[in-house]
Amino acid sequence: MSEQLTGQVAEDWRPSEVQRERDEWRRRRTLRSAVIAAGSTLLLLGGLGGAVVSSPGWQRVQETYFDWDKAVSSFPAVLEGLWLNIRVMIVCWILILVLSLTVAIVRTLRGPVAFPLRLLGTAYVDVFRGLPLLLVIFLLGFGGPALGLSGMPRSPLFWGGLALVLSYSAYVAEVFRAGIESVHPSQRLAGRSLGLSYGQTLRHVVLPQAWRRVIPPLMNDLVSLQKDSGLIAVLGVSDAIRKAQIETALDFNYTPYVVAGVLFCCLTIPMARLTDRYARKKGYHGAGGLL
Amino acid sequence: MSERASSLSGASGTELLRLSGVRKSFGDHVVLREVDLTIEPGQCVVLIGASGSGKSTLLRCVNLLEVVDDGVITFEGRDITDPQVDGDEVRSRMGMVFQAYNLFPHLDVIGNVTLALRLVHGVEAREARSRGLAMLDRVGLSEKALARPDDLSGGQQQRVAIARALVANPRLMLLDEVTSALDPELVGEVLDLLTELKGEGVTMLLNTHEMGFARDVADQVCFLHDGRIHERGSPDQVIGDPQEERTRAFLSRIRA
Ligand SMILES: Nc1ncnc2c1ncn2[C@@H]1O[C@H](COP(=O)(O)OP(=O)(O)OP(=O)(O)O)[C@@H](O)[C@H]1O
Ligand SMILES: [Mg+2]
Repeated sequence: MSEQLTGQVAEDWRPSEVQRERDEWRRRRTLRSAVIAAGSTLLLLGGLGGAVVSSPGWQRVQETYFDWDKAVSSFPAVLEGLWLNIRVMIVCWILILVLSLTVAIVRTLRGPVAFPLRLLGTAYVDVFRGLPLLLVIFLLGFGGPALGLSGMPRSPLFWGGLALVLSYSAYVAEVFRAGIESVHPSQRLAGRSLGLSYGQTLRHVVLPQAWRRVIPPLMNDLVSLQKDSGLIAVLGVSDAIRKAQIETALDFNYTPYVVAGVLFCCLTIPMARLTDRYARKKGYHGAGGLL
Repeated sequence: MSERASSLSGASGTELLRLSGVRKSFGDHVVLREVDLTIEPGQCVVLIGASGSGKSTLLRCVNLLEVVDDGVITFEGRDITDPQVDGDEVRSRMGMVFQAYNLFPHLDVIGNVTLALRLVHGVEAREARSRGLAMLDRVGLSEKALARPDDLSGGQQQRVAIARALVANPRLMLLDEVTSALDPELVGEVLDLLTELKGEGVTMLLNTHEMGFARDVADQVCFLHDGRIHERGSPDQVIGDPQEERTRAFLSRIRA
């Protein structure tokens, strides 16, 4: 009944003179902006492309970096290496989430009993945020196996992954901590007033709200981990970059590096777009900063 | 409802809550100096007092959300200011409602109402849900069970908050200025609900700036001033015919 009614009202409505003029003006403006955007993009890309192609060294660069046959022949090896990067990334990401959440929770605990834990958490975060990732990879990747700890694997893959986990967790822990602290204290009060314990309030009231808020920055860090997983190539782990290096060494043609670069972008760009979309949907403006 | 009413008045004759010599300060700022107060089961005690006089602080001390500096609070005959008392257990027997509702935005309405039933009172999920729905029906919001708190009006949110505090049959309800964040036309629906609860025998300690409501519902009105209960008595006495100069000054200020 009410549906019919609204349907009739909608049919009766005709845009007024003023509204038709506005719509017309908006349509013209949209068209004009589209034409300008397309024209300026073409001009820019054409100019840049022309400058590169007409440069004196282009011939040589094209042969060493953009050799189609070399790209095709090295592709399977590099792709196989990339599969290792993907696996490293997934395993590391799970470990990073667990470790960083633990560190973040420890750092927000109060009371004297938690003091040593808090101190440990703070020291860990400070140290590992201060160290360049490459340095951590070198130190652990070469130093770790040399320790010869019983029960610890000696593989560079393990120690390289550990370096990634330790470095990233220090950053991600700070993301989680900021999320936890952004939940208003009145939420904790409400939880406690219902008789929930400290832990229950954290688990059922604070963390679910914090989690939502940190998803955009976490996705951002995941994008970053995707590419940084390539750094363990310096330990000789046969990932995409190392495979490209091997292919390159055959004939000093650098095309495999470009292949690896394109493949990495194929991983990170969709992820970055997804992050962007999600963040915009949630009205979050912090994550787009690096994109 | 009669079941709750009888459980609330179970300890009839003896007081449900007693504060004696309660003191609370924040740093150098003494908010509560020496507060004495008793509440009988089924009674409604209304705190009035100027902004900053410590009404909210008093409720939070009773709920053990603040630790008192001195004095004793007994609840159901037990000293709950004893540091060995399990605060979570005490809080689970009281219901607290906040000025700003403090609903959990990540849970739907029924999730808000049943959280403590499931986690604290060990009620199995299906049973918790049906009790939650009955309680929402009680506050007139059963059709909003699956809504998010943010999609409700202020008055509806506050009624959900009351349902959340009430669902586990607390022995005592603490209500901290539950209408002061509401638009004037929404105040009535919340006050009507409280009046009904009072009629069902729910014991309440609340503070409010709604003097008309206080007169209707209170068994005892306490005027809090300078960290003490400066004047107390029946609403007709304290609000209608205050004896103390300070009380008169306060009342004329909020009526102006
Ligand atoms: N956590 C705290 N830390 C420091 N000071 C506090 C804290 N909580 C309350 N106070 C102070 O205690 C005093 C009493 O606050 P309280 O909120 O109890 O007042 P109130 O009577 O509820 O006032 P209102 O009517 O405005 O709600 C205020 O001066 C306030 O600044
Ligand atoms: Mg207050």
